[in-house]
Amino acid sequence: MAKRNILGTAIFDGEAAQKGYALNKMCFSFNSAENRAAFLKDEDGYCRRFGLDDAQMAAVRRRNVLDLIAAGGNIYYLAKLAGILGLSVQDIGAQQTGMSVEAFKAKLLAEGA
Amino acid sequence: MALIVGGLGTSHVPAIGGAIARGAQGESYWKPFFDGFDPVHRWLDATKPDVAIIFYNDHGLNFFLDKMPTFAIGVANSYCNADEGWGLPVQRPFRGDPKLSWHLTEALLAEEFDLTTCQEMLVDHAVTVPMSLLWPGVGDRSVAIVPIAVNTVQHPLPSPSRCFKLGKAVGRALDTYPESLNVLVVGSGGLSHQLDGARAGFINKPFDLMCLDKLVDDPEAITRFSVLDLVELAGTQGVEILNWLAMRGALSDRVSKLHCNYHVPISNTASAVLLLG
Repeated sequence: MAKRNILGTAIFDGEAAQKGYALNKMCFSFNSAENRAAFLKDEDGYCRRFGLDDAQMAAVRRRNVLDLIAAGGNIYYLAKLAGILGLSVQDIGAQQTGMSVEAFKAKLLAEGA
Repeated sequence: MALIVGGLGTSHVPAIGGAIARGAQGESYWKPFFDGFDPVHRWLDATKPDVAIIFYNDHGLNFFLDKMPTFAIGVANSYCNADEGWGLPVQRPFRGDPKLSWHLTEALLAEEFDLTTCQEMLVDHAVTVPMSLLWPGVGDRSVAIVPIAVNTVQHPLPSPSRCFKLGKAVGRALDTYPESLNVLVVGSGGLSHQLDGARAGFINKPFDLMCLDKLVDDPEAITRFSVLDLVELAGTQGVEILNWLAMRGALSDRVSKLHCNYHVPISNTASAVLLLG
């Protein structure tokens, strides 16, 4: 079936879910404080344990959300990784849109005006 | 029979839980949002529901991609919250009503809504935040819950029309419940927001206001959109309005708008609370 193109938006469908399974499974493991600590202690080792591919490993290393999504990451699971890294949803919004965090927050406030 | 005393839609953004934990409800950023619940509290004091049936979406606490039900219903005696990974305080368990859950399950399956039944079900912020908003403080655990999870994580998602029909079937099932019970139906999530992608931060106020209007008198107008229409118009996470459609489906065809508050933004989201009765 032809996929619908929505500007600046990735649809997390079966193809993405299959591609991103290892990455998302790793992020799902971050519901546990023990696992979060294990990741911080040895990031690459933890990623390898979950079988992340090279693109996923690189995206984790660079903390690049758009790359993580392109590698099959789902934002609900990626949010748990962002939490470990101390990134709020405004931080990751700013990163993805190429704005400063202040500008991103100001844009949200302006939407309410 | 179980009587639906009303339906309520509310946003469930985790940051709301954070604000409650910090006691930030009175801060200028949060006040316009939290003040929107004062009329709801007065109404709840007067109507005293026994049970809240909550249509919500799990964000990777109870369900993972290994097994992802389109619709799942809790049939447990109690529901625990747990660590979601980013620091919200874990809430006390909620009381379930397994007798009502199984009645709904029987009735829904008889209408060909084949739900996954869960005797253990962790409930995430999409349940705990609405409960904290409705019954602030320590939370009123005298109100039992029946959580009904709708998949909004992995496409294909159930269509708006299907979710509305699921709600209608829940409404019919309550009519045949042998016990006398006051029920509040909750739709959790929304309104427009998008966390991911180059369009992160997307908010669509005209679309939200149209939905808040149509949810009262003409909800079927919203069911004519496809899921991908909703993604385009309300954002990737704005599809959570599916939970509101299920809530609205459970109510009578004719309802009154008892209260509505719409405020932008909280976190990355256009927030809303809508009370129908």
